[in-house]
Amino acid sequence: MMSFMFAIIRRDLLLVMRYPAEMLNPLMFFVLVVALFPLGISPEASLLSQVAAGIVWVAALLATLLALDILFKADFADGSLEQLLMAHQPTWILVLAKVIVHWLISGLPLVLLSPLVASMLFLPAEALPTLMFSLLVGTPTLSLFGAVGAALVTGVKNAGMLISLLVLPLYIPVLIFGTGAVAAAAQGLPVSGYLAYMAAMLIFALMITPWAAAMALKVGQMQG
Amino acid sequence: MYFTSFEQFINMNGHGFYVWLSYACFALLVVTNIWVAQQRHRRLRKQIKSRLGRSAKV
Amino acid sequence: MSWFDNWHLPKWFYQMASPKWFYDFGARLQPWFAGLALILISWGLVWGLLYAPADYQQGNSFRIIYVHVPAAILGQSLFLFMAVAGAIGLIWKIKVAFMVARSATLVGASFTALALITGAVWGKPTWGTYWVWDARLTSTLILLFLYTGVMALNQAIPDRSVAGRATAILAIIGSINIPIIKYSVDWWNTLHQPSTFTLTSKPSMPPEMYIPLLLMVIGCYCFCAWLIMQRTRNEILDQERQSSWVARYLED
Repeated sequence: MMSFMFAIIRRDLLLVMRYPAEMLNPLMFFVLVVALFPLGISPEASLLSQVAAGIVWVAALLATLLALDILFKADFADGSLEQLLMAHQPTWILVLAKVIVHWLISGLPLVLLSPLVASMLFLPAEALPTLMFSLLVGTPTLSLFGAVGAALVTGVKNAGMLISLLVLPLYIPVLIFGTGAVAAAAQGLPVSGYLAYMAAMLIFALMITPWAAAMALKVGQMQG
Repeated sequence: MYFTSFEQFINMNGHGFYVWLSYACFALLVVTNIWVAQQRHRRLRKQIKSRLGRSAKV
Repeated sequence: MSWFDNWHLPKWFYQMASPKWFYDFGARLQPWFAGLALILISWGLVWGLLYAPADYQQGNSFRIIYVHVPAAILGQSLFLFMAVAGAIGLIWKIKVAFMVARSATLVGASFTALALITGAVWGKPTWGTYWVWDARLTSTLILLFLYTGVMALNQAIPDRSVAGRATAILAIIGSINIPIIKYSVDWWNTLHQPSTFTLTSKPSMPPEMYIPLLLMVIGCYCFCAWLIMQRTRNEILDQERQSSWVARYLED
């Protein structure tokens, strides 16, 4: 079971490595969206520092959302998804492997890059560790819920807009607690409560989403 | 009866516009929902009947 | 789902799974719900608009409660209803359950939209603006987004049985998330807007105020029952148009 999972992770990562530009896309998108806000609002430090946490989190939400396409689409198109579903392995293992790949490509780079973009938005330095940590706990939850959306729209044409309609409402609690944690850290308040809620959401997502995405993949396979 | 005159009932101490707008939206929702469901029912019956009629002739 | 196969459920449960049985059952039940809805809603409306006293703080704009609260309750419970119907369809592979869930979607969404509109209209005389990021209004807005997602997915998949299953999964995930969303929005709201005046949190309403509200809520439930049955029966006619019983029904 574990070897099946690692085999898929290795295969998908190798596929992504072949087109390194694809790996950089979510990251560039993230930086680009963040850069739009000073241009759209004002370059003033006092204003930007207040909204910095919200901007970084919203940009992270959108970046992980746009990367959801890589989860199942290519495998569905070339028929290998059907083969993987017929393998004598539980489907949720496949989902989990795909989610890990998605997070390694879209979530982890954002976590690593977030201090840089946050300081460009004048987020107080003492809030930076909290921002990184909240993203570290929050982005896997985004990938997990995103997997359900991506699994539901396999086989649907022009699914880009549809998937955001399905997934974004589910992202709202993560956004609220993530920005709440950073805001609390900026004011010097304790943040462990927020992070505990985010960790609880991650565990909860781990319990329900692989099952739901696996079911959705099997339903999508009926089409055709 | 809370109101003493019909004008008072319509005006609702200056809040008439808001109250009546809300109730109008409610009425609109109920009526539209009923109308859409009935219309679809009628159209479906008609469609299926005409198809049956055609297949009977053949 | 093999462990469910050994369950023995009451006979009516399996009967309900038959489209023909549900079509007849609905036809028999519908007049009752229509009558009840008509009586309860008109009773509630007359009482609420004419006889209920005005609120001591909000005056007569308080009367909006008699449409706002039923709409909000229906919007929420129909989402749950949709998820339960979808789950029944997924577990026992019942086609009619998916049709019921599909029929409930637009009804629930329209009631949620009504709750938002009446909430905004009520906000104007109470808060001075049509929109305030009040906890209840915000979570109603998110609920409407969830409905939109379900409807969009339903539209996007041409195959009815695949669409039914896919939307059922989405509705289940959404309804599991609703408590989390509600909690986080409440919490976000207290953080950003301490102690704003909420529309409907009255500690104690006198009976002449809440009995009409109760009548309206139950009346709206009956109306939705009627409407969902009608829409499900339409759906049955549409999807079963090839079967012989439909032909027999429409011949006379």
